[in-house]
Amino acid sequence: MVSRPRQSHIRAGIFWTLCGIALVLIVAPALDIIVSILAHALPVLKPSLITQSTSGTQLGLQNAILGTLALSLGVLVVAGSIGVLAGLYLSEFAPRRVASVARFFSEVLAGVPSIVVGYVGYLVLVNKGGLGLHYSLLAGVIALSALILPYIVKTTELAFSSVPRTLREGAIALGMSRGKTIRKVLLPPALPGIVSGLVLALAISTGETAPLLFTAGFSDKNPSGLLQPVGYLTNVTYTDIQLPGASTQAVAYAAAGVTVLLVLLLIFLGRRVTLSSRRMIARMDV
Amino acid sequence: MISARAGKVDTGRARHRLSNSELTRGDRVLRAVSGVASVVPTAILVVIAAVMFITALPSIIFSGLSFFTGSVFSFGNLYATTTVTHNGVAAPPHAVYGVLPLIVGTLSTSIIALVLAVPISVGGVLMLSEIIPRKISDSLGVFLELLAGIPSVVFGLWGVAVFGPFLAAHIFPPLSAIGHLIPFFKGPVGQGQGLLTASLVLAVMIIPIVASTTRELLRRVPILAKEGALALGMTRYETVRVVTIPYIRTGIVAASLLGWARALGETIAVLLIIGDIYSVPSNVYGNTSTIAAWIASTLDGAFGDTTGAGIHALAELGLLLLAISLLTNFAGRLVVRKVSGGVLPVGRGV
Repeated sequence: MVSRPRQSHIRAGIFWTLCGIALVLIVAPALDIIVSILAHALPVLKPSLITQSTSGTQLGLQNAILGTLALSLGVLVVAGSIGVLAGLYLSEFAPRRVASVARFFSEVLAGVPSIVVGYVGYLVLVNKGGLGLHYSLLAGVIALSALILPYIVKTTELAFSSVPRTLREGAIALGMSRGKTIRKVLLPPALPGIVSGLVLALAISTGETAPLLFTAGFSDKNPSGLLQPVGYLTNVTYTDIQLPGASTQAVAYAAAGVTVLLVLLLIFLGRRVTLSSRRMIARMDV
Repeated sequence: MISARAGKVDTGRARHRLSNSELTRGDRVLRAVSGVASVVPTAILVVIAAVMFITALPSIIFSGLSFFTGSVFSFGNLYATTTVTHNGVAAPPHAVYGVLPLIVGTLSTSIIALVLAVPISVGGVLMLSEIIPRKISDSLGVFLELLAGIPSVVFGLWGVAVFGPFLAAHIFPPLSAIGHLIPFFKGPVGQGQGLLTASLVLAVMIIPIVASTTRELLRRVPILAKEGALALGMTRYETVRVVTIPYIRTGIVAASLLGWARALGETIAVLLIIGDIYSVPSNVYGNTSTIAAWIASTLDGAFGDTTGAGIHALAELGLLLLAISLLTNFAGRLVVRKVSGGVLPVGRGV
C-alpha cells in the first residue's frame, strides 16, 4: 500500500524529466539555427553587399533580394487573390460536402513534395512542350503559388468562419444582401486573419528553393521583366555554399542571414496581427 | 452552460454559415467567381499527378520492374550518335535506371527522423501545456512557429556548417560504440555529412508538424474528464496517461503520417547534408541520397538527353515520391477526420 504511490511518483518524475528534455530538444535547435546563421552572416553582411549586384568578380545580393521580393509580390497577387476567394467560398457559400472535399484536396496539395512542384512547373511552364515560358519570373511565381495557395485558402476560410454567427444574423435581420454582408460585416473582423495568413504565406515563399530551381532560373542582374529569369536569395545560399572559396561562402551565409531576417520579421508581423484579431473576435462574440 | 461551449468548439466549421436561399444577382456572381477559385487547388493537384504520370510512362515501359530492383542509375552516353531501344522506348546507350539505393535512402532517413521527432514533439508539448505556466509556455511556443518558418536551405546550411561537424565531433564517436551490438552504427563516423545527420535535421524539420498538431489536440481534451481524473485523486502524470494520451492518440498518428510525408519529400536541406552519393552506405554515417535530392541534383543533366529517356526516368522517380507522399497524406487526413476536423496543420506545420 505504501510502495505503490512512491513507485508512481518515481515514474512520474522520470516521465516529466523526459518531457523536459524533449522540450529542450525542440527549443535548442531553433535557437541554435537562428543564432549561428546570424553569427556567420552579420560579420560579412556589409552594406555594399546589399546595394550592389553580382557582376564579374564583384559580389552582391541586390539582384537576389529584389528577385525574392519580386517573386513574393507575384505570389501575393496570384496565390493571394485565388486563395482568398477560394477561402471565402469554402466558408460562406460551399455546400458542406463540397467544402470538405475541396478543403481536403487543398490540404493534400500542400503535402506535395516541393521538388515535384518544381519538376511539373518545368514541364508545364518552362519546357517547349508546355507553355514555353522559359526560365522566368512568371514561371517561378506560378510554381511557387501552387505551393503557397493551400496556406492562404486555409487561413482565409478560418478567418471568415470564426466571425461569430450573431453578426451574420444581425445582417440578415437588417435585410442586407450576402455580398454586402460579406463586405460590410464579415470582412472587417476577418481581415486581420486573412492578412496574417498572407504574411505567413510570404514568409514561406521567401524561404522556398526547390520549386524555383527549374522554373525561375537564375540571373546576376536585377529582375527586369516577367519573362526574364530572376535571381533569389535561397538560390544564392544553395549554390554558393557548394562552391569553394571563402568569399563565395561568405555570400552564401550573407544570403541565408538576409533570408532568415526576412522570414523572422514576417513571422513576428503575422503573429502580432493574429493576436490582435483574436482579441477583436473575442470581444465580438457575445 | 459548459455543454453549450463544448458543442460550439466541436462543430466549429459549418455552424456559422447561413442558408443559401435568397441570393441577389451580385451574390450569385461572387459565389460563381469564388467557386471557381476554390477548384484551383484541386485542379493543380490533378495536373501535377497527370503530368507526372504521362511523363513517367515511357520510363515505366522502358525499365519495368528493374526500376525498383536495380541499383545502378546512369543516363548513359549522352554524346553517342546511336540510341538503344528497349520495349519500344529509345534511350542513350548504356542508360540504366535502377533506383533501389534512393528508395533505401529515402525510407531510412525519413523513418529515423519520424521515430525521433514524434516522442520529442509529444513530450515537449505535454511539458509546455501541462507543467509550464501559461505565460512562459506561450513565448516558448513561438519557437515552434520559428522552426516551421525556417527555410529548408537554411536548415541545410546549418546542417553542413554547424550541426554536422558538432555531431561528428561529439555525438557520433560515442554512438559508434553501439556498433558492437548493431553493426550499422560502427565507425568511421566521417565529417558529419551523411545519412544520420540528414535524418536528425529532418527530425528537427518535422517537429513543428507533429508538435503543432499535438498542441491543438491538447486544447480539445475535454476539461471535465481531466477535472474528473484530478478529483479522483490522480496526479498530473496519471491524468496525462489515463485521460489525455488516449484522447490524442489517433490525432498523433495522423500528424506522424503528415510529418513522414514531409520528411520523404524534403529536398534542399537533405541534398546539402546527405552527401548525395549514389550508393547504399556501409554504415549509418555514410553518404547516400534520397529520391527528392537526386531529382534536384540530376535534372539539369537529364535535360541534355535528347531521347528524353532521362527526363522520363526522373519523372518516374518523382511519380513514386508523389504517390508515397499523397498516400501518407490521404491516410493521415482520413484518420483524423474520424476524430476531429481541422486539427491537422497545412504543409510545413502551420
